[in-house]
Amino acid sequence: MAKEVNKNQLKKMLYDMMLIRHFEEKAGQMYGLKKIGGFCHLYNGEEAVAVGSVAAIDLKKDYLLTGYRDHGHALACGMDPKSIMAELFGKITGCSRGKGGSMHLFDADKHFLGGNGIVGAQIPIATGVAFAQKYRNDGGVTLCFFGDGAIHQGAFHESLNMAKIWNLPIVYICENNQWGMGTNFRKVSSVDDFSLLGTAYGIPGKQINGMDVIEVYQEVSKAVEQARESGLPSLIEARTYRYKGHSMSDPAKYRTKEEVEEYRKQDPILILKDKLLKEGILTEKEYEKFDSQIQAIVDEAVEFAEKSEEPALHTMYEDILVE
Amino acid sequence: MPIITYREALNQALDEEMARDESVFLIGEEVGEYNGAYKVSKGLLDKYGPRRVIDTPITELGFTGIGVGAAMAGLRPVVEWMTHNFALLALDQVVNNAAKMRYMSGGQFKLPIVFRGPNGPAEYLAAQHSQALQTYWTHVPGLKVVAPATPYDAKGLLKSAIRDDNPVVVLEGELMYAWKGEVPEEEYLVPIGKADVKREGTDVTIVTYSKPLKVVQEAADVLAQEGIQVEIVDLRTLRPIDEETVYQSVRKTNRAVVVDESWPVVSVGSHMAWLISKNCFDVLDAQVELVASEDIPMPYNHTLELAAQPSVDKVIAAVKKVLYLGE
Repeated sequence: MAKEVNKNQLKKMLYDMMLIRHFEEKAGQMYGLKKIGGFCHLYNGEEAVAVGSVAAIDLKKDYLLTGYRDHGHALACGMDPKSIMAELFGKITGCSRGKGGSMHLFDADKHFLGGNGIVGAQIPIATGVAFAQKYRNDGGVTLCFFGDGAIHQGAFHESLNMAKIWNLPIVYICENNQWGMGTNFRKVSSVDDFSLLGTAYGIPGKQINGMDVIEVYQEVSKAVEQARESGLPSLIEARTYRYKGHSMSDPAKYRTKEEVEEYRKQDPILILKDKLLKEGILTEKEYEKFDSQIQAIVDEAVEFAEKSEEPALHTMYEDILVE
Repeated sequence: MPIITYREALNQALDEEMARDESVFLIGEEVGEYNGAYKVSKGLLDKYGPRRVIDTPITELGFTGIGVGAAMAGLRPVVEWMTHNFALLALDQVVNNAAKMRYMSGGQFKLPIVFRGPNGPAEYLAAQHSQALQTYWTHVPGLKVVAPATPYDAKGLLKSAIRDDNPVVVLEGELMYAWKGEVPEEEYLVPIGKADVKREGTDVTIVTYSKPLKVVQEAADVLAQEGIQVEIVDLRTLRPIDEETVYQSVRKTNRAVVVDESWPVVSVGSHMAWLISKNCFDVLDAQVELVASEDIPMPYNHTLELAAQPSVDKVIAAVKKVLYLGE
């Protein structure tokens, strides 16, 4: 049975996806202005996966971990856009005091246990978080996100096996955006359907449309419920698409314009917006209001980041060990 | 005072800390039903059950990462590696995650986790199973590294490691597990970051740690018969290193030999030798000598493998060299 979604939830999901989109557009601009450096992996196009999934959990007791393309998940978990933008700018007011950057956003209070810059490294870590939840029997569930590139790491396969033998409350969500850097997932995978990869470990898998936030919400809800009630792990492949290159330095010449255009027609924000307009849940005016509110929030985030101080030199020696 | 083995001392430390703190658990290959590949965890499954003594599949990267995640979520995992040689498969989780999570998050997380197992050459095990890999861990900021050489230090340091809120790598030794020594019945801790003068002397300082301590002690006995009084500083902790205890000794003896069973190139030993050369330059009467293992993969043949490691003769020769005593 698919979980019902009420009107307010639908509007919130639309809003949250729009916030991520605007934030990422702005982050891209700021990168162009050299306010942000290094690796910066944008989430445009994939918003439905993070937003639909986070809507399915309770971050008071549940946890979420992901890889390096983590801005969207951080925002979906309710992190302050100011602290994220300041982190991208490397400022002391950033969530990680300017020591993490784009790939290392964290918020312990919001149960967002990070981004991770090593492909697939978060998979055993997330499995360990679920292990702790089961150890304490606290009723919590962990969501573990990773890309189509990470799924072939040994860390994934080792983790799924242990999650099953110990029945850990975890949902593995493969965000298949179809391109691991410049490599199409079909070229490097023995199967086209990643949901099959749970089978060898006795873990149920499901392939879902990652461009449809309602479907993501409903399917992740089911998996979360199963993890919570019976402690059974599951694997979801959310088929999605990234509009931008792998990172800011990637012009994405390995794929065709037509392919990108095809997916833009299935844009998760447009689909939901049209649906809500058609069903009379949302008016064009409300949408515009969301848009201008978010625009202001993102502008404020940039202003905050700009005005924030650089970290003092002595801070580089801090936060290495607990004293 | 009771005399027990190094293995029993570690077992007592695990037992006491698991009894003391419910968030401590042991995870690794063969730690439960088999009672530990080297019997360090003997009896713990019976006492604490499968919830807290967890047998894993052979997945060093995976179960080490599970430990990292459990520590981030507030537990205090003790991860047993069957040997440090196999821990190379888990290097990413230790170096990129355990050691860096606190820093990368601007201090939001603590990682109270212990990684432990036998390190260094044993006998007849050849190149893949006879490696002293302490340099790998000691190189990394964000980790603590301890290398106890006696049952007393093993128990006290493992207890401190489990209570520490940081990731601590514990270097044990396959051949050391059967070593015996005095361990008091009452509870005690050995602080991380404190070296220990294992023998007092006036003529030369030997800085060592872990298994070579025994070789150094034998060499010191031989040298004493020749009238040479050796002071032995056992580092016990490799990160953070207790420089001051070493320098105090060298300021007294004016001569130093470093004995380390790892390879000589960019090692804990070579670093120690550099530190002494730099910081005791004015008081040194001779160059600092380093006795390390030969710069080769370990051969299987017993004569060759013994020749590849620090020995009593090599230590004596190095001491005589810094005393300018020709053979």
